[in-house]
Amino acid sequence: MKPPPFAYHAPTTLAEALDALADVGTDGKVLAGGQSLIPLLNMRLAAPGHLVDVNGVAGLDHVSVDASGVRVGALARHADVEADDDAAAAVPLLRQGLRLVAHPVIRNRGTTVGSLAHADPSAEMTAALALLGGSVTAASTAGRRTISAADFFVGPLESSLRTGELLVDAHFPRPPAGSGTAFTELARRHGDYAMCGVAALVTLDDDLRVTAARAAYLSVAPVPLVLDLTEAVAGRTPDTADFDAAGRLVRGRLDPEGDIHATAEYRAHLAEVLTARALREAAGNAVRR
Amino acid sequence: MSEELHEIRLRVNGAEHTATVPARRLLSDCLRQDLGLTGTHVGCEHGVCGACTVRVDGRPTRSCLMFAVSAQGHEITTVEGLAEPDGTLHPVQRAFRECHGLQCGFCTPGFLTVVSAYLEDNPDPTEEEAREAVGGNLCRCTGYQNIVKAVLRAAEIRREEAAAAPGGERAAGAGERR
Ligand SMILES: Cc1cc2nc3c(=O)[nH]c(=O)nc-3n(C[C@H](O)[C@H](O)[C@H](O)COP(=O)(O)OP(=O)(O)OC[C@H]3O[C@@H](n4cnc5c(N)ncnc54)[C@H](O)[C@@H]3O)c2cc1C
Ligand code: FES
Ligand code: FES
Repeated sequence: MKPPPFAYHAPTTLAEALDALADVGTDGKVLAGGQSLIPLLNMRLAAPGHLVDVNGVAGLDHVSVDASGVRVGALARHADVEADDDAAAAVPLLRQGLRLVAHPVIRNRGTTVGSLAHADPSAEMTAALALLGGSVTAASTAGRRTISAADFFVGPLESSLRTGELLVDAHFPRPPAGSGTAFTELARRHGDYAMCGVAALVTLDDDLRVTAARAAYLSVAPVPLVLDLTEAVAGRTPDTADFDAAGRLVRGRLDPEGDIHATAEYRAHLAEVLTARALREAAGNAVRR
Repeated sequence: MSEELHEIRLRVNGAEHTATVPARRLLSDCLRQDLGLTGTHVGCEHGVCGACTVRVDGRPTRSCLMFAVSAQGHEITTVEGLAEPDGTLHPVQRAFRECHGLQCGFCTPGFLTVVSAYLEDNPDPTEEEAREAVGGNLCRCTGYQNIVKAVLRAAEIRREEAAAAPGGERAAGAGERR
């Protein structure tokens, strides 16, 4: 189908963009890569009166790396973040997760920050931000604020972003020293949203014993859920840790919903199996780092 | 309610075009209806099938998930722009013909635009990589076997031509764009 009519705004500076968003208020939406918004418009599931296309706003397409982690600008495309070797070295979870986001062609246009703004609990980048304890920066004509991942994701496709606010960047912190990460998921078809996905972070001490193990989940909760699984594997080395036990621990802490793609029972089973797999791989990566 | 119209200028296959469109005109529809470039096909209109894929500043992009007004200032290449001006087909087009990589042809423009870009960055893919390269394009006819063969054959043709051309191998190397 075709999108419904809307008034089009194409600001070229951040100040213009924020003014436009303030003017249009609740009847307006930001257009970034359009890879989630335009399908919604084409299917007539959304009909905003105004679109503020930020693609022409200068200075928002950066991917910058420093001691604290990786800062991704609002217009950095998934493909640009994925291709950035410095970002991958600082926060390997970014590239590990981005490989699983849709297809390369969608990643050429879709933005990483747009994916966070969309707040889909099936989106890999929401889980990555939640697992790393990252944050986003929101700007409006009233000023700027930093919102932690824990406060940002409120429900399915719902964030704590206010009317008139634009996300200008997201910050993915470096994992603690001695950490490894991994991302694994299962989808019905290549490039589809996952029926279940797990991002894992394992931290080892100098004797290669596990001091922390956490995992974030896709498609099994209304928000990107993070679970602390340290108790199942603490003090063990990657070779002796019982990652399957960590998987079983997850079973009791999740209450997924079923849909046409997978029943609730099957999703819970996937969460258990993928947890063990992701933790094992993350621990292996921690040893190699 | 009469809808606001925008005068837009688009650069498609090296030529300047103008069109008068509402903001909601998808790039795919603008190419087909306003510019008469019907080589770009429209299947699903939600980014899944890949038939509408064009190159925007070299990068394969879904034209059904982009507005024509947003495409101003960018270099668009459609399937019509792949062949040489004298009509010589692009190596990827020749490979698809040789290997029977198409039946009805509905999906083909999307495969050709995607594969033409892919081989510029990855001139010598394995079969596995070739499958991955076309993983975002759906074909209801071929069963994909001959499409994968065509990707590999296109890579071979590019290498043969680069070796034969003055200046040798370099022309087909990686990093032609970006
Ligand atoms: C076929 C297909 C498969 C896909 N598969 C996956 C997948 O497996 N995993 C996955 O994670 N994603 C998937 N996606 C979605 C893709 O990752 C999108 O790029 C992403 O979700 C949204 O980014 P965008 O830049 O395209 O945002 P848009 O579509 O432009 O915007 C999405 C929403 O976020 C808002 N928004 C965007 N940017 C900002 C901002 N800076 N500030 C405030 N609000 C903003 C918009 O107003 C809109 O409500 C898929 C898409 C398609 C078409
Ligand atoms: S028509 Fe654009 S992806 Fe199917
Ligand atoms: S050749 Fe018919 S859909 Fe691919």
